[in-house]
Amino acid sequence: MQSIDQQIRVLVAKPGLDGHDRGAKVIASALRDAGFEVIYTGLHQSPEMIVNAAIQEDVHVVAMSILSGAHMTLFPKVRELLDGAGANHILLTGGGIIPVEDIEDLESRGIGRLFGPGTPTTEVIDYIQDWFEDQETS
Amino acid sequence: MSSIEESTSTSSHLLALLKEQEDELSELKERLSRWEQSCADASEREILFSTVSGREIKPLYTLLDRTSSQYQDALGLPGEYPFTRGPYSTMYRTRLWTMRQFAGFGTAEETNERYKYLLRQGQTGLSVAFDFPTLMGFDSDHPRSLGEVGVCGVAISSLHDMERLFDGIALDEVSVSMTINGPAIILFCFYVVAAEKQGISPGVLRGTVQNDILKEYQAQHAWVFPPNPALRCIVDMFEWCSENAPKYNPISISGYHIREAGATAAQELAFTLGNGFEYVERAIARGLDVDAFAPRLSFFLDVHNDFFEEIAKFRAARRIWSRIMREKYHAKNPESWRLRTHAQTSGVTLTAQQPENNIVRVAYQAMAAALGGTQSLHTNSMDETHALPTEKAVRVALRTQQVLAFESGVPNTIDPLAGSYFIEALTDELERDALEIFDEIDRFGGVVPAIEEGWFQREIAMSAMLQQREVEAGDRVVVGVNHFTEGSEEVEIDTLRIDPEIEKNQVARMAELRERRDPEAVERTLRELRESSRTGENLVPRILECARAYCTLYEIRRAMEDVFGSYKEPVFF
Repeated sequence: MQSIDQQIRVLVAKPGLDGHDRGAKVIASALRDAGFEVIYTGLHQSPEMIVNAAIQEDVHVVAMSILSGAHMTLFPKVRELLDGAGANHILLTGGGIIPVEDIEDLESRGIGRLFGPGTPTTEVIDYIQDWFEDQETS
Repeated sequence: MSSIEESTSTSSHLLALLKEQEDELSELKERLSRWEQSCADASEREILFSTVSGREIKPLYTLLDRTSSQYQDALGLPGEYPFTRGPYSTMYRTRLWTMRQFAGFGTAEETNERYKYLLRQGQTGLSVAFDFPTLMGFDSDHPRSLGEVGVCGVAISSLHDMERLFDGIALDEVSVSMTINGPAIILFCFYVVAAEKQGISPGVLRGTVQNDILKEYQAQHAWVFPPNPALRCIVDMFEWCSENAPKYNPISISGYHIREAGATAAQELAFTLGNGFEYVERAIARGLDVDAFAPRLSFFLDVHNDFFEEIAKFRAARRIWSRIMREKYHAKNPESWRLRTHAQTSGVTLTAQQPENNIVRVAYQAMAAALGGTQSLHTNSMDETHALPTEKAVRVALRTQQVLAFESGVPNTIDPLAGSYFIEALTDELERDALEIFDEIDRFGGVVPAIEEGWFQREIAMSAMLQQREVEAGDRVVVGVNHFTEGSEEVEIDTLRIDPEIEKNQVARMAELRERRDPEAVERTLRELRESSRTGENLVPRILECARAYCTLYEIRRAMEDVFGSYKEPVFF
C-alpha cells in the first residue's frame, strides 16, 4: 500500500480491435491491490476514446495493453492526442507482444516503459510509483 | 456335469475370485498405509505438487484410486462408446493426426505463398489466421482498421481477397480451417464462392470454420452481434451445411481461447462442452434432427504444460460428450457421440526469455496431445512472444510434430496410457469437476444468461490472477522467468516484420474493387439480406449472393447489424 496523500490514478486501456484482455485484467487487479485507483476501459477502444476517458477521469497514467502488433500505430497516436489535448503530463506506458527494437523505438519517442510477457506485476507497480514520486518532487 | 452343477460351480468359482480380489485390495490398503508412514518423515521438496490448474496430485496412485471399476462403461474400445480411448477404432495406425500450422499475415498473396511453402514442407492441412479488422468484421479501408491491416493475420475484406488467398491451391484436395467467429458466416460464404469459382461444389469441401461465438463472449472477444442473433446465424450454418456441405465442419467448439485467457483445465473442459451443448439445444429448438448436424460438430482444445492432466482432459472430454449426447439429447448415430478435436500447444506457456526453451515446452505439449488422441495439431513457434513467427521458427515447430510422429514411437499403439492408475483417476476427476461446473451454469439458467452476467469472464479472470500470483511468489517455477534466469537478458531472435506498405496497398485495392463491381447487384443483394435478417429465413444463401456480387465484409456486416444490433460487453476486472 502506498502512503502518499494523493492516490495514483491509472487508466488501463485496450486500444484497437485486439480482444486479448488477460494481461490488462491481471495488471488492473494488481495495480488496484497495490493501492492505485484503477479505471479499466473495456475492449476495442479507439485512441480518441482512450484520450477522452483519460482526461475525463483525470488520470496520472495511461497503461495500454496491445497484443495485436498495432503498437507502432497506436502508442504514438494516443501520445499525440494526449499532447494535443494539453495532457502531456500524463504518463503513457504499457505492454504486450512487442519486439525489443520496437520498444526501444517507442521509448525514444516519448512513450514510457513498455513491458513484455513474463514481467512481474511488481516491476510495473514500482515503475509507476517511482515515476509518480519523481513528478511530485520535480 | 448337469447344468445345475455347472452353474453352482461357476458361482462358487466367482465367489472365490471376488474373495481373492477383496483380499488383494485390503492387503494393498494395509501395505499402502505402511508405505505412507514410512514416507511421512521424508521432507518433500518445497515446490507445489499441484497442476498448473491447482489440482492436488498425490505422490502415488494405485488400484485403490480407480473409481469406476467397469472397464467397458468407463473406457470401452477406441472408436466405441464412450470413446475414452479414442474417437476412431484404428487411430494413428491408419491415419496420423493432421499437422496443421495456423498461418496468415499481410496480404492474400503473401499468405498464399506461405501456404504453398507449408504444403511443400509436408503439412497436411491449412489453417487461416485473419487480421483483427477481418476478425471484427471491418474492411481494410475502415477507419477502425488503421494500423492493424495484415498485421496479426491476413486481411480478407471480400471474395476478391479470398480468391487470391487460395490461388493455385485446389480446394477439393486440401482441408482448410478458418479461425473466424463474429463474422464467420460471411467469411464462410466468401470461401464457398471462392471454391465455386475454382469449379468446386460445396459438397466436396473438407474443412472447418471456427464459428464458436459463445467462447468469444467468454474469452477471446472478437464478437459482432449479440448472442441470440449470433446463435441464429450458427444454426443457419449447421442447417445449410448438413444439406449442402456434408463433409464440412460448420463449427469448432473451442476451449483453446478459454484456457489461454486463464481458465483451469477443468474450466476449459466444462465451459467448452457446455457451449457445445448450448449449440446442440439451439439447433434442436430450430427443429433440426440431432443426428443430421451433430456428426459435423468439431472441437479445439488447448494443450497446456501439465502433461498428464492434459492427456486426461482429452479422454474425459470424449467420454462426457458421448454420454450426454446419447443420454440427454438422444442422438442415435454413433457419429453424433464421437468428439473429434483439433489441438494447439499453449501460447501463454511460452516465454519471451530464452525463447529457444519454448521448443522444448512445445514438444512436451505436442506429445500430450498425441497421447490424448487429437485429430489435428498446431505446434507454436518459439518466437511467438515477440512477434508472428518467422519461416524458420515455423519449420522447427512443424519438425517437432514430425519427430513425434515418426521417431518417438508414440503413435504406434492406441491410447497407451489407458489403465494407468494415475491417468484413469485424473480422467475421472476431470469428468466429475466438469459435471459440477455444468450444474453451476444451469443455476444461471444457461450459457447465455451466465455470459450476460459476466460469470464466465470473472471465473476466467480469477483463475488467471491466481496463476500469476503463484508465479510471482516463486511457488510456480517458470524456467528462465523466475528461476534459471541466466541468459534471459540477451534475447537474440529474428522477428517477422510486417511492411506498413501492406495497409496502403490493401486500401488501394479496396478502392479499385468498389469501382469495378456492379453497384446495382451490391445494393440489391444487401437489401435482400437485410430483409431476410428480419424474417427467420436461412441467411447462408443470401450472403452467398452478396459474396458473388463482391459486397465487402463490412457492408454485409452492416446490413445484418441494422437488424441485429451489436454486442456490448460487461466491463469489469
